[in-house]
Amino acid sequence: MATNLSVDHPRPRHKRVLPGLGLSLGTSLLFISLIMLLPMAGLVMQTADMGWEQYWSVISDERVVASYKVTLWAAFIASIFNGFLGLLLAWVLVRYEFPGRRILDALVDLPFALPTAVAGITLATLYAQNGWYGSILESLGIKVAYTPVGIVLAMAFTSIPFVVRTVQPVLEELSPEEEEAGMTLGASDWAVFRRVIFPALWPALMTGVALSFTRSLGEFGAVIFIAGNMPYVSEITSLMIFVSLQEFDFPAASAIASVVLMASLVLLFAINLWQARYLRRLHGR
Amino acid sequence: MSILIENISKHFGQFQALSPLSLNINEGEMIGLLGPSGSGKTTLLRIIAGLEGADTGRIQFGDRDVTNLHVRDRRVGFVFQNYALFRHMTVADNVAFGLEVLPRKERPSATEIKKRVMHLLDMVQLAHLANRFPSQLSGGQKQRIALARALATQPEVLLLDEPFGALDAKVRKELRRWLRGLHDELGFTSVFVTHDQEEALELSDRVVVMSNGHIEQIDQPGALYASPNSRFVFDFLGNVNVFEGRFEEGKWHNGIANIERPNTAEPKDGQLYIRSHEFFVSPSPTDTASLPLRIIAINPIGAEVRLELTPIDWNSNEVWEIDLPHKAFDKNCFEKGQTVYVTPKAGYFFAADAEKPILLNWEH
Repeated sequence: MATNLSVDHPRPRHKRVLPGLGLSLGTSLLFISLIMLLPMAGLVMQTADMGWEQYWSVISDERVVASYKVTLWAAFIASIFNGFLGLLLAWVLVRYEFPGRRILDALVDLPFALPTAVAGITLATLYAQNGWYGSILESLGIKVAYTPVGIVLAMAFTSIPFVVRTVQPVLEELSPEEEEAGMTLGASDWAVFRRVIFPALWPALMTGVALSFTRSLGEFGAVIFIAGNMPYVSEITSLMIFVSLQEFDFPAASAIASVVLMASLVLLFAINLWQARYLRRLHGR
Repeated sequence: MSILIENISKHFGQFQALSPLSLNINEGEMIGLLGPSGSGKTTLLRIIAGLEGADTGRIQFGDRDVTNLHVRDRRVGFVFQNYALFRHMTVADNVAFGLEVLPRKERPSATEIKKRVMHLLDMVQLAHLANRFPSQLSGGQKQRIALARALATQPEVLLLDEPFGALDAKVRKELRRWLRGLHDELGFTSVFVTHDQEEALELSDRVVVMSNGHIEQIDQPGALYASPNSRFVFDFLGNVNVFEGRFEEGKWHNGIANIERPNTAEPKDGQLYIRSHEFFVSPSPTDTASLPLRIIAINPIGAEVRLELTPIDWNSNEVWEIDLPHKAFDKNCFEKGQTVYVTPKAGYFFAADAEKPILLNWEH
């Protein structure tokens, strides 16, 4: 054996299912470049034509800043709302057997499948003063359509699948024994949820909420039909981009777009870093 | 604390997991529930813990009726088969959990909890791992942490589901001895589930053998081994060879093979159960028996040599196993493929219509 080892044999190559690193990584990078990096570079080049001063004046325009506030607040409230509702939906889908569970499960993806403009028009119709829900809410003195509340509603609708679909698999893998262990140790239902179940779901839930938030930042189709689009009150940032485009002011459009892009990227990176740290603890170093 | 189990039964859908069964466990006793998978042993354990509700019957801890008590109020320690440690908590936090969720009035102070946790970790000899996470521990370490966690609230009843199932043989043996020591030291009542007969016999004060949702036999390990009371227990305890005999002219026959009937046995058809070490092996038949077999494997195992044999011109459902001391084996120089004759020294006889066996001894 020992003598055999000292002879310089060519080692048998380990067989993998996918072709080697060079080819698979190359293809991935090429695709990402074509589909993501190239348009992003275009965006940067468009804005590069403007000087810093001009760039700053476009992105800090009063009306645009108002739109940031509206968008951020609406996206924030929508994603927090989705955090709760999405967790509840995932919980119901995983933990309970009931007739129509499969259908409900499929319906969760509907906001992804539906053209967002269709969603926006449908929501606007339902919540308009004479719509099915709108007329009831109107009698209670609540206005949804053509107000910031409508924006939140549209954002929440289009981005809820993110939360459900990130939490669901984690919930499915959670071993019932950990809950039972909590109970045998005398913990109340609430204590088991708070100290055993929730910490396990937390990273997935945060990711889902962050995805929902970034998606809401960029949502256009669903929102504009229900938002009313009143300057300083219910204009979202995507609309500001659209307006600039309509005026053939491409550099201004890309400048505003770059702000949205940056905000989303920073948030996604932050979430990824935080999650990696959290998961490393769970899976050992 | 003593445990009284009375007429407990359970079914899942159409499947009867437990037929009504009763069992008394004395204070401080260590009971092994032994049986194949699907025998209902884990279900019984979970019913004792309160993780599963029984359909009928009553459970009492000491004088306290706990039948309708929720698992969290039963105050039992439960160790899960896969340990079920909380993955996102450190070892110390895992152990502290049971103390930290106590109602405020009963909860010790933070420093007291810390002290108790360190004491428990010392007890399981893993104090140096207090700040690790479960994913960084080996199986044996996880098992000991799971035990420390279950013992933190000082339960009087400790329930263990296949506690050593996932560990390798050496660690398993160590942990077994350690658990037994801990049990004797702290004096709690333990019930554990296992499918490993060696583990059950070594660790328990009494063994409860289960099959198909009922109890086959309850006995001390020695008594259980000496007198299994049914075919099932025989088969399950293992290392037994079965000779299916037709009685004729003072002998049991099967094909060309025959075994002489000792006077204690009824002159009836039936099965002979003979343990693997209760044999002579010789190159030719003896007065007592003529059982021709062919050696198909020779495995030295510890103090003995195990022969695997198949019958020649008679029938047996399984391969026969015979254990010989090295001395006897060396004297005869048996080889693979050789034909040999075996002669039983002692065994058990089940008459065809009988439930209970009769002990037999052949004189030589």
